[in-house]
Amino acid sequence: MGKEILSMQNITKVYPNGIVANNRVNFSITKGEIHALVGENGAGKSTLMKILFGLENPEEGEILLDGRKLSITSPNVAILNGIGMVHQHFMLVPSLTVAENIVLGSEPRKGKLFLDMDKAIIMAEDLAEKYNFDIDVRAHVKDIPVGTKQKVEILKALLRGAEILILDEPTAVLTPQETEELFKELIILKEKGHTIIFISHKLHEVKHFCDRITIMRNGRSMGVYNTKDVSEEDISRLMVGRDVILTVTKNKAQPKEVVLKVRNLTFVNEFGKKALDDISFSVRNGEILGVAGVEGNGQRELVETITGLLKCGKNKILIEGKDISVLGIKELRDLGISHIPEDRMTYGVAENLTIEQNLISNTYDKKELNNGFLMDMKKIIDTTVDLVKDYRIKCNSPKQTVKMLSGGNIQKVVVAREFATEPKLLVADQPTRGIDVGATEFIRTKLVELRDDDSAVLLVSADLNEVMELSDSLIVMFEGKIVAYFEDTDKITEEELGLYMLGVRKQTNEEIGGVVYE
Amino acid sequence: MNQLIDIIFSASFGYAVIRVTTPILFAALGSLIADRAGVINIALEGTMLVSALTGVAISAYTQSAWIGLLAAMIAGGLVGLLLAYFSLNLKTDIVLSGIAINLMASGGTVFVLYLIAKDRGISSSLPSLVLPKIQLPLIDQIPVIGAIFSNHNVLTYASLIAVLIVYIFLYKTPLGLKVRAVGENPDAADSVGISVIRVQYFALITSGVLAGMGGAYMSMGYVSWFAKNMTAGRGFIALAAEAMGGASPVGTFLTSLLFGFADALSNNLQSLSVPAEFIQTIPYIATIVGLVIYASRKTAQINKIKQQEK
Repeated sequence: MGKEILSMQNITKVYPNGIVANNRVNFSITKGEIHALVGENGAGKSTLMKILFGLENPEEGEILLDGRKLSITSPNVAILNGIGMVHQHFMLVPSLTVAENIVLGSEPRKGKLFLDMDKAIIMAEDLAEKYNFDIDVRAHVKDIPVGTKQKVEILKALLRGAEILILDEPTAVLTPQETEELFKELIILKEKGHTIIFISHKLHEVKHFCDRITIMRNGRSMGVYNTKDVSEEDISRLMVGRDVILTVTKNKAQPKEVVLKVRNLTFVNEFGKKALDDISFSVRNGEILGVAGVEGNGQRELVETITGLLKCGKNKILIEGKDISVLGIKELRDLGISHIPEDRMTYGVAENLTIEQNLISNTYDKKELNNGFLMDMKKIIDTTVDLVKDYRIKCNSPKQTVKMLSGGNIQKVVVAREFATEPKLLVADQPTRGIDVGATEFIRTKLVELRDDDSAVLLVSADLNEVMELSDSLIVMFEGKIVAYFEDTDKITEEELGLYMLGVRKQTNEEIGGVVYE
Repeated sequence: MNQLIDIIFSASFGYAVIRVTTPILFAALGSLIADRAGVINIALEGTMLVSALTGVAISAYTQSAWIGLLAAMIAGGLVGLLLAYFSLNLKTDIVLSGIAINLMASGGTVFVLYLIAKDRGISSSLPSLVLPKIQLPLIDQIPVIGAIFSNHNVLTYASLIAVLIVYIFLYKTPLGLKVRAVGENPDAADSVGISVIRVQYFALITSGVLAGMGGAYMSMGYVSWFAKNMTAGRGFIALAAEAMGGASPVGTFLTSLLFGFADALSNNLQSLSVPAEFIQTIPYIATIVGLVIYASRKTAQINKIKQQEK
């Protein structure tokens, strides 16, 4: 092993909303290694790297580069000190060529005034050749595949003299072939003396290509390991775990009729990748079916196809035997679907409207709330005052605008509205993300009540505690496929679940097929 | 009908097309640079008015047409700077700020005109000057060609050269590359240390200077006085020309010529026995027709791409 070139000591970062993203984290890398930084969503990996790249400033702690104390206040400082970062979302200009993108910001000049395009092309080509990147520098970025775009990003960082290269979940958007190519290139970079920090939660990649691993959980470092000394099972156990356990008391589920049928659903996303790959399952009324998985394994696409935000093929999704592919969102809702969206500020509420207006936004056109041509204001006030009371929305009056409320109370507004229609099927996507403990507990209790009132509930959550406590049955998604089905959630442990979530294990097709009811 | 064809195919009509294209072309190039930097300059119309008046006033005061032109360009740049300050520093909506500047220019120029010329409509009482016309050597001798292309105002030739300069600037200089990058993906530009706001400031000021040259041409070449609202929507026609030209310098030049053609037609047809009010609408109808054709072509393209993706 080489010598230590960079170390971050006792890094603490608290976001303005009170979330402790990093809690006295120590992190160090040695020259010429590929160092994996793994952890679940929200474990604090990205925050730690943003601090290293100067995008966030830590509350406490210091960064030492080659033993020198360094204060990285902006990305420019990081770049000047040889630290480069490839973001998850590419920072490229589509209509410019690869070479133009690479030299952008430090263009070679002919004389004082003119751009030396020939030299730019030569510079880009030399760089690509040096690191064995197979790339046409004259091509326009808009015409090249995602994997090549990533190479352009890496070359951009290298041109600016990056010795330490941070890659934020680089394989998330790549096909398996592109992933393999990326790793070949990273190994060449390593041989040339560059150091790579690789953020990921795909364990097989980490195990195959990385020299050392730092594991993070809930904002803390769980230690540094040599990759060859730990098994995928060990890593999974260190990554996945529950710290605080909120329990919800509930009786055993009494599932009856099938409400939601999903059959052989496949969805290809804009990158040409199968976000959903031949998914089949059923949800019956009176049960909560949980969908567990690391984020980005197809859960969002699943929720969006079922709720009509994304269009799917014919006869792939049926609600009480009705094909939903031909229905608009309004018709879907009239059929009895409710949706608690993942992103409440975008899809959940209109933040500048009042609580009252938000609460009736799915029922404003119904007979009960109208009086012929006009809205029945008295009825609307009565209904919303009751909802505010029942769902314990803390506010001065229902006439307050939603954006004045806390996150937990905004979520309660969404929940109250979606539950008030007594839905046949509720799709709850991360229903308690980022809200306080009190509101979380309240919403979870309400979810169980809804189930007991014979609704079918599909619960998607990256929070293990939540899916395990609330779900009656559970499916696990990995890379767009269902990899496991557990009929009784009480019978599994989080360690076991972690292995499926991270793709270490997979059930047989017969076992997974258990979730399909007719 | 024959009369119409006679008009269109006469050398004097060709000369007129180039003559009336000039202000549209200047403004369209201004629109182009701002648009490519991701900031839409809707204040071109007002900028042209301000510059037209500035040119007249300063040339009358200094008795130098060239100083008048310089002042008109500076005035245009200042209007661009004002728009940039509103939208980039104070974060107002750039379209609304542009509209405000247009309205301010429309009323403000009349106010200033009254102060300096004691007239609410026209500046003919001021001893303002015009920029010289240039006879092209050799070309001047060729029949028809000479009559069409020679003996134009110096700014007309400048506008043609400006097309080339804008082209070279956008595609051959580092700053042009930055402008294109900022307009298309400001985050990407920012991530490599380009100051997005500085590039946009530059683009809006340059845009104002170009529109200012168009304004100066209106009052110091096209005619020799300033008149109330004399730009008559040319700043907006320029926006349409730039959009139809696909935001490229050559495309913008060609569409500007097209609108110049419509404008010249409307000027010439007034000698025919067709109601003048109808004929005067031709440039504006051409603008709408042009934009519809442009938009439908673009929609067809997008649909085609979408289908290919499926």
